[in-house]
Amino acid sequence: MILALLIWAITIITMALFVSGKWDFPFGASSHAATVDHQYYITLVICGVIFFLAQMALGWVVLRYRDRGKAHYSHGNNKLELLWTLATAVLFIALNVMGQRVWADLRFQGAAPGAVQIEVYGQQFVWNIRYAGPDGKFGRTDARLMSDSAGNPLGIDPADPDGRDDVVVPTMAVPVNRPVQLLLHAKDVTHSFFVRELRIKQDAVPGMAIPMHFTPTRIGNYEVACAELCGLGHYKMRSLLAVLSEEDYQKWLQERAP
Amino acid sequence: MPEAARTQVEHPAHAAPAGFIRKYIFSLDHKVIGTQYFFLALFSVFVGIILSVLMRFHLVWPQAAIPGLGALAPTGAAGGVMTPEFYLSLMTIHGTIMVFFVLTTAPQGGFGNYFLPIQIGAADMAFPVLNMLSFWITFVGLIVLLAAFVVSGGAPLSGWTAYPPLSAIGQIAGPGQGTGQTLWILSIALFTVASVLGALNFIVTTIDLRAPGMSMMRLPLTVWAWFITAILGLLAFSVLLAAGILLLLDRMAGTSFFIPAGLVVNDQMLLNHQGGSPLLWQHLFWFFGHPEVYIAILPGMGAVSQILSTFARKPIFGYRAMVYALMGIGFLGFMVWGHHMFMSGMSPYSALVFSVMTMAIGVPSAIKTFNWIGTLWGGNIQFTTAMLFAIGFVSLFVTGGLSGLFLAQPSVDIYFHDTYFVVGHFHMIMGVAAIFGIFAATYFWFPKMYGRMMNEGWGKLHFWITFVGVYAIFTPMHLLGVVGSPRRYSQFTEYDFLKPLAGVHEFITIAAFITATAQVVFLFNLFYSIWKGRKAEINPWHCTTLEWTVPSPPPHDNFGGRPPTVYHGAYEYSVPDAKADYLMQTDAARLPALKH
Repeated sequence: MILALLIWAITIITMALFVSGKWDFPFGASSHAATVDHQYYITLVICGVIFFLAQMALGWVVLRYRDRGKAHYSHGNNKLELLWTLATAVLFIALNVMGQRVWADLRFQGAAPGAVQIEVYGQQFVWNIRYAGPDGKFGRTDARLMSDSAGNPLGIDPADPDGRDDVVVPTMAVPVNRPVQLLLHAKDVTHSFFVRELRIKQDAVPGMAIPMHFTPTRIGNYEVACAELCGLGHYKMRSLLAVLSEEDYQKWLQERAP
Repeated sequence: MPEAARTQVEHPAHAAPAGFIRKYIFSLDHKVIGTQYFFLALFSVFVGIILSVLMRFHLVWPQAAIPGLGALAPTGAAGGVMTPEFYLSLMTIHGTIMVFFVLTTAPQGGFGNYFLPIQIGAADMAFPVLNMLSFWITFVGLIVLLAAFVVSGGAPLSGWTAYPPLSAIGQIAGPGQGTGQTLWILSIALFTVASVLGALNFIVTTIDLRAPGMSMMRLPLTVWAWFITAILGLLAFSVLLAAGILLLLDRMAGTSFFIPAGLVVNDQMLLNHQGGSPLLWQHLFWFFGHPEVYIAILPGMGAVSQILSTFARKPIFGYRAMVYALMGIGFLGFMVWGHHMFMSGMSPYSALVFSVMTMAIGVPSAIKTFNWIGTLWGGNIQFTTAMLFAIGFVSLFVTGGLSGLFLAQPSVDIYFHDTYFVVGHFHMIMGVAAIFGIFAATYFWFPKMYGRMMNEGWGKLHFWITFVGVYAIFTPMHLLGVVGSPRRYSQFTEYDFLKPLAGVHEFITIAAFITATAQVVFLFNLFYSIWKGRKAEINPWHCTTLEWTVPSPPPHDNFGGRPPTVYHGAYEYSVPDAKADYLMQTDAARLPALKH
């Protein structure tokens, strides 16, 4: 009896914690955030209902059929079996299909034309962000030229004129309401670029250049966290991402021109 | 083959050994080997728990000294204050020891070894020498793993998943990535060899050594679970072994399976590597790693089915559906590994397929849950400690399974991947649900193993604290994930958005201290009962399966050279008009015609 009450209590407390609003997603600051959040909340409702019904049923059978001196002899019921198999299958697959659209929009296509192009380089335990500068072209890089101590962490080739106006900074700024395309690199081990408010996360893998795009919709400063274990300083591999007005963004870029 | 034509394959009998060493150390008896596995896992789980308690302490009080730790780990925790790398090495060994040496070892190597042969009416495993070798290779694997703590640089910090390049490029990637990481790979390689040998043994034994009348569809669900787990183990561990060898070659022989060209680590360029793919490791690892989750949980499902049916005094609801669900989970388990890699840079198109397959695997899991509740429905439930843990398992399995629905969707996983939501999810389901399966099995089979009863009062105390405790530890972790807290951070001092979560972490840590301490009740009960417990009858639970027909503990060759004959399925409880409320599998009495 205590067991049934305990299972019910745990169920209610768990659900209360999730809907308390005390622990929730931060506000969404990108154009796709609403659809991701929608999918999350739908899943939360569906899981919440199944969770409630399953735990309540478990508590109820424990309570109802405790030590009552006799049991019903039955090996099951094929109709019921088929019913709940189909119901679960339809529900799970439908939920899944609903969520595919936003994924496809984010990952199957590149950014819209005219997107701001930014390169992101992860290394133990800092992020370096590169902008192409006024010429709109990234200079050639070479791993052999990479040197933090010489002030060239990305190994930009000084012989390439395209690279002379490239901007390399430890934090990122993007203009609001314009599509942004990031190209993620890693110099040493795998890192992951995660910004909660923008609902973006993507691993940066050595040997790969991985694109990711989003459109920021809300001006503000957001923390960038590393989300893939990268070594002893993983917990402090932090950067900042500022979403600025177009005007402030241009000013920000100019202030950092080499 | 038709049942009548089936005869038991002649078994290579081995005489009962006389000397202490052959009887208890290098024994060929599956029961001794099963017990050895069980105690190896018991030792490992307490090491793993201590590591996790140290981790929880550091997460909440990163600057505080732990008395005595400075003496044990003079480099990693000088003066008792842990370094970030020491935290990560605790995390790596915690994960590795729990996944391999506890969750894989106790349910399969331990209980599977002990009870599979008896439950099918065999005198021993098909290959007793191989069985002994499996255990001792596992034992060496554990020693090699723990040795990583004492070598220069300490234990590796790359987690139980050991992603390259972090795990492939040696000391330059961090302390512990030198000798410590090499020992980790060797330990895992040994473990996989042992597991493959063990899996072969389980498969052959189940197919060849069943007693007359023990058709596949009369097997207890425990045997089905061990059998399917063995098939998963055979296929999955072989791949991990191959991956481990490739990783070792990258480290020791200058190959580049996982290391691409142009790596610049700590301002030094690695010149000798090119053409490798870090993602290749992730594919190979998770091709093993996802089935591994089921390797950990399926035997628990088997034990829980057996225990629920026994103490509800009712046949299992939908035996065939349960068998097919086990097969379905095993089969689909090999097609979902990519859901660990949605954010890894693999093709986003493949994410769709992996995602649908992952949702699909939820279906057989749901069938099992429905059938467990269906088994309890209309029962006459006896609340033994084993039953409490079995019911607790169902509750945890539901909770942990449902949080998987979030992670299975790539669009939602963008947010949750590598956050505490994942930590909460997998601890709930493959951690504590599987551990509840092990506890249930321990309380259930102890009387058979030692001929004595465990104390039910202490057992129940253990259950209540642990059941509330694990929910108190792991539910809040989901909330941390909802806020976006990344996992594998050694402290939460660097981010503004993580600072308000300190209270939640404190709560989790305190809950973990209490729950971990309560396990002493279990230890005491276990060891006290081995020597001082009340004497057990042959069949104290009035259970139907074959192990309850032999003395406790069973003699060396289990059935005294006379294999039993089996007349019906494993879960005939409360049969109408029967003289007792259970019908042993060996009882020739006829069953009433089935109607639903």
